Amino acid sequence: MYSTQIPVKIVRSWPWIAIIASILVIAFTPLPLKASQPVARTVRVEARSFEFSPSVIHVEQGQQVTIELIATDVVHGIYVDGYGHEIIANPGQTATLTFIADKSGSFRLRCSVTCGALHPFMIGKLNVGVNLLFYRAIGLSVLAGLAGFMLFRPRNEQ
Amino acid sequence: MQQLKLMRIELTRYSIIRSLMLSRWPQFILTSLALTGFLLAILTGWFGTPVGSRNFSIIFVWIAWWAILMLIAVPFFGRGWCSICPIPAPGEWLQRGALLQPNGKGGLSLGKRWPNKFRNIWLQNGAFLLVALFSIIVLTQPRFTAVVLTAFLSIAVATSLIFERRAFCRYLCPVGGFIGLYSQLAPIELRVKDAAICASHKTKDCYNGNLRGYGCPWQVFPGGLTKNTHCGLCMECLRTCTEDNILVQTRPFAQDLILPGGRRLDEAYKAFIMLGSALVYMSVLLGPWGSLKSAAYQIGSAPWFAYVAAFLVFVLAVVPGLFSVAVLIGRRLAGLRYNARRSVINFAYALIPLGLAAWIAFSLSFVFANLTYLAPALSDPFGWGWDLIGAAGVGWSPLFTETVPLMQIAILTIGLFGSISIVRRIAAEGVSKTAALYQSIPISLFCVGATILILTLLIA
Ligand code: SF4
Ligand code: SF4
Ligand SMILES: [Cu+2]
Repeated sequence: MYSTQIPVKIVRSWPWIAIIASILVIAFTPLPLKASQPVARTVRVEARSFEFSPSVIHVEQGQQVTIELIATDVVHGIYVDGYGHEIIANPGQTATLTFIADKSGSFRLRCSVTCGALHPFMIGKLNVGVNLLFYRAIGLSVLAGLAGFMLFRPRNEQ
Repeated sequence: MQQLKLMRIELTRYSIIRSLMLSRWPQFILTSLALTGFLLAILTGWFGTPVGSRNFSIIFVWIAWWAILMLIAVPFFGRGWCSICPIPAPGEWLQRGALLQPNGKGGLSLGKRWPNKFRNIWLQNGAFLLVALFSIIVLTQPRFTAVVLTAFLSIAVATSLIFERRAFCRYLCPVGGFIGLYSQLAPIELRVKDAAICASHKTKDCYNGNLRGYGCPWQVFPGGLTKNTHCGLCMECLRTCTEDNILVQTRPFAQDLILPGGRRLDEAYKAFIMLGSALVYMSVLLGPWGSLKSAAYQIGSAPWFAYVAAFLVFVLAVVPGLFSVAVLIGRRLAGLRYNARRSVINFAYALIPLGLAAWIAFSLSFVFANLTYLAPALSDPFGWGWDLIGAAGVGWSPLFTETVPLMQIAILTIGLFGSISIVRRIAAEGVSKTAALYQSIPISLFCVGATILILTLLIA
């Protein structure tokens, strides 16, 4: 009888090995994305209390991006999360920010000048290329869910 | 099981910790400090600049206090905050006629019993939703934060003067409701060492009080304590117990959620309300939709009423409805015939880890984005051009914008893991292994779906 004990143990633990291996793969595999695109891109963004329009901007990874910010009512700014770039536009004037969108993902654009009550929540989005982090996050949480599901073995055999 | 034992450390065994808990001074000092901040927030809210990000009230309450509460106090100490909370303190001092230990004379309260009809958390659920519907304006306008704080304080004092013990905390405080719900996750608990000693103890000093301390302010009989929900960790019973029967110990997370008894509809609804409103807040405050923000902000306008209706329908009907569907599908698959309402209530407790994770993830976003307002607000609390600590000129810059999403993913992953493990445990209560498995699947998928939705709102 006891000769089967070791195989049983391995069979029981293989799902765990698989889950842990997949977690590592999903979290850390570097995925080479396609080469940068040379075409430059200019986006005109209108800022008014308390929104940007367009509120979501899509660009390719590696693209040279120019944001032309126009404030239509009071002074507004844009701070790009993750990149740390910032511009400020006075009412009626255009401010420009040019940078290479070399990091992929979704980055919040935050108004950087106190412009009124909802200022801290005046938020837009810059989506660069494929948001790999999001897909990794979904993969990880599904695996964590699976682990939570499998971890528990009911003791009562009825 | 061996690991579970290892995580239990009896803190009250260590004489330093024990004497810090027995002494009234640490609590009194922290409460007084918090009360000072709180009163200053009321003053600056009423009289300071209307610009939220320059006013101490907004920054102190919604950035500093909120961060401490949601990121540290609730996940690790459960109701620990309640033990130093300034809101009920003035009322409690009046009610007791003492700031520290009992003086034997008694205080000012009429000492009425809280009505039986309201001995549940429905009023807290209602109070939370009421504040939530106005929250965009409360979060951003100092005057409204001042109104809310003044109202909390006055209602708490009035409640202490009319009713016995901490009726405000237990039945009214909108914050207390969710702290209690999530305190069931905390890796710390106060319990009795041996319930049999309590049962045979005639004077029940822990509930009735004696000269060393007050009877449980939270209307809890420690001898019957099984969950953290209503224990305010005030340490009175540690002081009053004549039999040395009270202990405070660490424990693994979420222990209260796997206890089969004592699950209630009002608390189940609290779990739905909290998960639902976290989703609403993420969409309104952190999303890119300007019209949604202005609808939530323009109180009394037609879009605001639409927002209110949508908020309430989502939180009170859509979330509980979809969740019930998941529970019922599981019940079908498993061929179970037990009380459907009971099983929805039971499984709602599995949403508690994910709900807290959602609130933590949400809080991480705006706390770190706005933390640099803290120093200028301390330097110039009213926004009148003062510079008390020389930091009035510190500019705004959001912190950790690259690491916050990683922290959010980590915490949501842990939350989902926790929720699904709890689903499995609740499902196994009294049914066969296979039935439990089938029952768990749709509810687990609900949790996965909710997590993906949260991830979409926060990092997509
Ligand atoms: S005073 Fe101590 S022993 Fe007596 S009932 Fe309370 S906890 Fe139990
Ligand atoms: S059980 Fe003890 S620590 Fe908890 S609220 Fe009551 S008296 Fe305070
Ligand atoms: Cu702005």
